Amino acid sequence: MDHIPGTASRRIRANAVVVRRSDFVIRFDSVTKQYPDGTVAVDGLTLEADTGKITVLVGPSGCGKTTSLRMINRMIDPTKGRIWLDDRDIATMRPDQLRRGMGYVIQQAGLFPHRTVIDNIGTVPVLLGATRRAARRRALKLLDQVGLPANLAGRYPAQLSGGQQQRVGVARALAANPPVMLMDEPFSAVDPVVRVQLQDEFLRLQGELGKTIVFVTHDIDEAVKLGDQVAVLRVGGRLAQLATPRELLAHPSDSFVAGFVGRDRGYRALGFTPAGELPLRGETVVRLGDRLDSVAARATEGWVLVLDEHDQPQGWLAASAASDQGGAVTPEMLNLGGTLAMESSSLREALDAALSSPSGRGVIVRDDGRLIGTVTASQVLTRIEQERSAVPLAR
Amino acid sequence: MSHAWQYFTNNQSQILTWLRTTAWLAVVPLAVGLALSLPAGWVASRYRWSYPPIITVGGLLYTIPSIVLFLALPGIIGTKILDPLNVAVALTVYCVALLARVVADGLRAVDADILNAGSAMGYTGRQLLLSVQLPLAIPVIGAGLRVAAVSNVSLIAVASTLGVSQLGSLFTIGNTTGDTAPIWVGLVMFVLLALVLDGLILAGVRLMTPWRRAVGR
Repeated sequence: MDHIPGTASRRIRANAVVVRRSDFVIRFDSVTKQYPDGTVAVDGLTLEADTGKITVLVGPSGCGKTTSLRMINRMIDPTKGRIWLDDRDIATMRPDQLRRGMGYVIQQAGLFPHRTVIDNIGTVPVLLGATRRAARRRALKLLDQVGLPANLAGRYPAQLSGGQQQRVGVARALAANPPVMLMDEPFSAVDPVVRVQLQDEFLRLQGELGKTIVFVTHDIDEAVKLGDQVAVLRVGGRLAQLATPRELLAHPSDSFVAGFVGRDRGYRALGFTPAGELPLRGETVVRLGDRLDSVAARATEGWVLVLDEHDQPQGWLAASAASDQGGAVTPEMLNLGGTLAMESSSLREALDAALSSPSGRGVIVRDDGRLIGTVTASQVLTRIEQERSAVPLAR
Repeated sequence: MSHAWQYFTNNQSQILTWLRTTAWLAVVPLAVGLALSLPAGWVASRYRWSYPPIITVGGLLYTIPSIVLFLALPGIIGTKILDPLNVAVALTVYCVALLARVVADGLRAVDADILNAGSAMGYTGRQLLLSVQLPLAIPVIGAGLRVAAVSNVSLIAVASTLGVSQLGSLFTIGNTTGDTAPIWVGLVMFVLLALVLDGLILAGVRLMTPWRRAVGR
């Protein structure tokens, strides 16, 4: 009986530093939440959040996604149906005990303003009976794990940026190494650049930790990016579709889901197909500092790719801009319009690299940023066609 | 003023005894009042229906003129008319009247998201109150406490008309003898007492809220 909450939390404490794969499944069994005024927030929800996977609940406001999340740690109790944590009905568990085994992250982080960063992170270990010193030691490790410098430990939340606060929020949720994480729009309140960073690091962290995560968002792009499976909810708290992101983009179950998933879903679905073997062509290149009068001879169709001393592409140079002038190639002359695609990236990124490149040739680099070759949009399209005929998308 | 200084040195021991009584009258009702206001304010903040009655009763108590309360209390609690306890109890009533509301408002002003995050982390209701909500309400409660402390000191001066032996007696003496010296001495002593109390509370609040200093608020 590993999963009695008391036992679980003792075990978590004992292993606080050791990273464990979690073995917790959350099951909603015909769960309904109706408020006394008659409003139905969640209507007959049945779904399973798998061990070690990210399940995203997504939908417009009023679809009951946050209510569903809050029923998992008994912040809200359902009116009908049951929620199971493995083989235990959570309605039979003490809420405070249950919650200490579930990390919880909310929008704006919800940090305690009167506690330093390190003591915020140590909250749950202290609740579970760890000494303050042990909790702080653990907190310092987590600070590092979420990518924050140790010198922030003594700061107060109000002294941090929004992105830093959100990282502290994640660290706090992870502090007792809970097998389950509940996340309610954790990245919604930060600017788009920071959001992408946080999402990427969250995926990296999850790759290491393998928690059972239920993640709420209203942003379908975030859902598709982060989810192993995505539950689309409609207003009134009904499950519209439960599928992998790829399946969701390829086969929306009805017009509501199709509309919610968005217009450019065909393009976005390419994000799930690895670029694989693209027919790359070599480029005659120029390096920063080369003489300008050598450029025209090396250009193809009016453009030449410029590298730095590490073979990393810096931008495109138009042959016309370089014609018969003296001097050397400088970064200021370059057209920076094109995006780069990694050899490990998806067809979507490869296509985008080609479409965004001023020369029409998309730049493909190794994971360390060194040039491999270029590819045109029509070559990527050919590849997409091949992919379609190999794996028929239509059912 | 040199006359007042002379009066002070001549009657030093009597005045210092009065100062002790007065300081006691200023501090004890404040402490007891705060101790009673915390649960009352918590109830008012926790149960929505109880807020209006508790706050209204507090407001009504505060409107009772102090002199009436000083005179009525012996009849109610059975003390002698000159017992300083009358004054202490009356001041406690005013403190509760003022502070219950302050405590309730301070507790209610704590961001609901923070409390939600706290209970989602596994705090029991009491842990959440004592280690999150109450600390975050300290600045508001402290501000109320400062008002109550200064208001207390001024009410003690009024109590001198009853004949309770304390610093306020200096005003009665000045009034009956026509000598301004004791009045000056009394005035300075009361102002100093109020300033010291205010300063102590301010220092206590700052000590207990390091996070506010850190962000320069």
